[in-house]
Amino acid sequence: MATQHSRSAARIMMAPAVTLLLGWMLVPLIATLYLSFRDYRPMRGGDLGFAGLENYTRFISSSSFWPSILTTLIIVGGVLAITIIFGVLLALLLDRPMWGQGIVRILVIAPFFVMPTVSALVWKNMFMDPTNGLLAHLWRFFGADPVVWMSEQSLLSIIIIVSWQWLPFATLILLTAIQSLDGEQLEASEMDGAPTLARFWYIILPHLSRAITIVLLIQTIFLLSIFAEIFVTTGGAFGTKTLTYLIFQRISESQAVGLGSAGGVYAIILANIVAIFLMRIVGKNLD
Amino acid sequence: MTVRALLGATALCSAAAIASAETLTIATVNNGDMIRMQGLDDDFTEKTGIELEWVTLEENVLRQRVTTDISTNGGAFDIMTIGMYETPIWGANGWLVPLDDLSDEYDADDILPAMAGGLSHDGTLYAAPFYGESSMIMYRTDLMEKAGLEMPDAPTWEFIREAAAAMTDRDADINGICLRGKAGWGEGGAFITAMGNSFGAQWFDMDWNATFDGEAWANTLNFFKGMMDESGPAGYATNGFNENLSLFQQGKCGMWIDATVAASFVTNAAESEVADSVGFALAPDNGLGKRSNWLWAWALAIPAGSQKQDAAKQFIEWATSKDYIELVAENEGWANVPPGARTSLYENPNYMEVPFAQMTLDSILSADPLNSTVNESPYVGVQFAAIPEFAGIATEVSQEFSAAYAGQQTVEEALEKAQAITNDAMEAAGYR
Repeated sequence: MATQHSRSAARIMMAPAVTLLLGWMLVPLIATLYLSFRDYRPMRGGDLGFAGLENYTRFISSSSFWPSILTTLIIVGGVLAITIIFGVLLALLLDRPMWGQGIVRILVIAPFFVMPTVSALVWKNMFMDPTNGLLAHLWRFFGADPVVWMSEQSLLSIIIIVSWQWLPFATLILLTAIQSLDGEQLEASEMDGAPTLARFWYIILPHLSRAITIVLLIQTIFLLSIFAEIFVTTGGAFGTKTLTYLIFQRISESQAVGLGSAGGVYAIILANIVAIFLMRIVGKNLD
Repeated sequence: MTVRALLGATALCSAAAIASAETLTIATVNNGDMIRMQGLDDDFTEKTGIELEWVTLEENVLRQRVTTDISTNGGAFDIMTIGMYETPIWGANGWLVPLDDLSDEYDADDILPAMAGGLSHDGTLYAAPFYGESSMIMYRTDLMEKAGLEMPDAPTWEFIREAAAAMTDRDADINGICLRGKAGWGEGGAFITAMGNSFGAQWFDMDWNATFDGEAWANTLNFFKGMMDESGPAGYATNGFNENLSLFQQGKCGMWIDATVAASFVTNAAESEVADSVGFALAPDNGLGKRSNWLWAWALAIPAGSQKQDAAKQFIEWATSKDYIELVAENEGWANVPPGARTSLYENPNYMEVPFAQMTLDSILSADPLNSTVNESPYVGVQFAAIPEFAGIATEVSQEFSAAYAGQQTVEEALEKAQAITNDAMEAAGYR
């Protein structure tokens, strides 16, 4: 049993780590909050005084704000749908005994180790380029006009690129879940004559629900701040400006730091709303 | 004892020499001329003992890095590669070291007046031009001949549109004309602004109101989109300088209107499949008295926060001097020297034999940043307005234009949005 003395000693020893972690989170948060109430424009000479709520009203009333929220949600939703559906299918496939299983598994998870900027550049220049890209050659081979991916199918292109990167993560989590499934249950259902689809629907999918929840939660948090893929492909053009990208544009290109910081506070609020919503709807699976 | 003392003293001296050997950190853009300079920097180190450390970045990234560094007084760089847009604004903010005390040998008076003017604030030079450029037409002489046309030295936009349509051969993968449609103020934004000048368009009226609701902008955009849809490459809405350079070098463009510095790349047989059949002409006009060519310089400047200002000045003098031009000519030939910065280069008979030398000079001389639009405008700059807010506004506006080129919205919708974006930003900045 811990004595009063040992508890105090533990607190003292943990204090530096706790302080550091708090500072790590609090300093940027407080700086963002502070700047969001200032008219801070470095190109105009820096801090031009207190701005009240003007940054907040200006950011939200900008013609780019609501489209950027919608774009963010479409990208997050699209990537989640693709990674979960294909993640389940791939996990089922990889669970089967096959020749060269180890190598196949490594190949499937490989995209996760590629940096987002690199993968976006490879997709943009080697696959989706309308003149020299692999897909353009493929389309021409079948006598069709190549798709101009980055401008005509810009949102779909970004969803494909990001899904390619996040699919291994979903597959890995789901594969682990499938491997923990009791084989006897499946065998029993097979002997009872249950068709494959029914076995998937009534046994495998309920078993995967907890893993799917984890994928949903973790990916949503990361996907809300997606940036690099947009930066190197469309640069925010063609309706691909997410909230994160809009904030970057306000701070970096327009040099309106106060305005961008107000956007940052909105982003924090949005992330929390989405997180609470998800926890309420799907979090009960984690009980 | 004496020998030991001598040895000790020598060791001490050499240690001191190592400690005092300065290293300059230089941020630069990843274009051919700058990369070439890095290959020749031993010459500078041998002469001065100053070491150089290069941070080479793509244009857009460079702009963001140096802007962030200088506005936060980060001190990461001793020398920055900046352009005509940043220099007067940063100079006015006191962020750059004035370059008004360069040596007599350097001959600052030899810098082309258009370049010196664009890189100064209140008559003080704040950045030394490494190379200067305008834009001009580069075209395939063989395709022009095949189309039965002859390029005038100073064509009109109507002629260019007709010639582009005549040269286009989609089956052979040849597009009549390649132009920048890519979003970004320094990419498609720069091109359409310069083109707009020749159609009588401008960014702001004398009260700093946006003018995208006027006829001139609608004419500019409709003409551009119409011509590119007829004769441009697939996906031109995402093509910038590099994409078009690559298409032209592969023989997939009949004409290309872009930076004059590209002339040395498209006529270089090692890089270009069409090197032998490239002609040059002035950027087109519309009979309104303004041509659609821009004016730009990539220049070297010293941030006010640098601790090594003297050494940095020595480097700038070396890199932008007449001697450096000679050094490049000796190593790489006259066609590859940095163009457009010095008057003396265009008085050199060796250089004037280069096929694009005269057209580059004519293009540079025909652009006037103080008087770039048909109607009076309140800003300085040909393909930009030299105000701090411009980069942000123009990037957003060019995104709307690119979306119209790609067919995601109509030209009218794009112009409506551009009008709202610009007026909102100008209001926020206190102009209106």
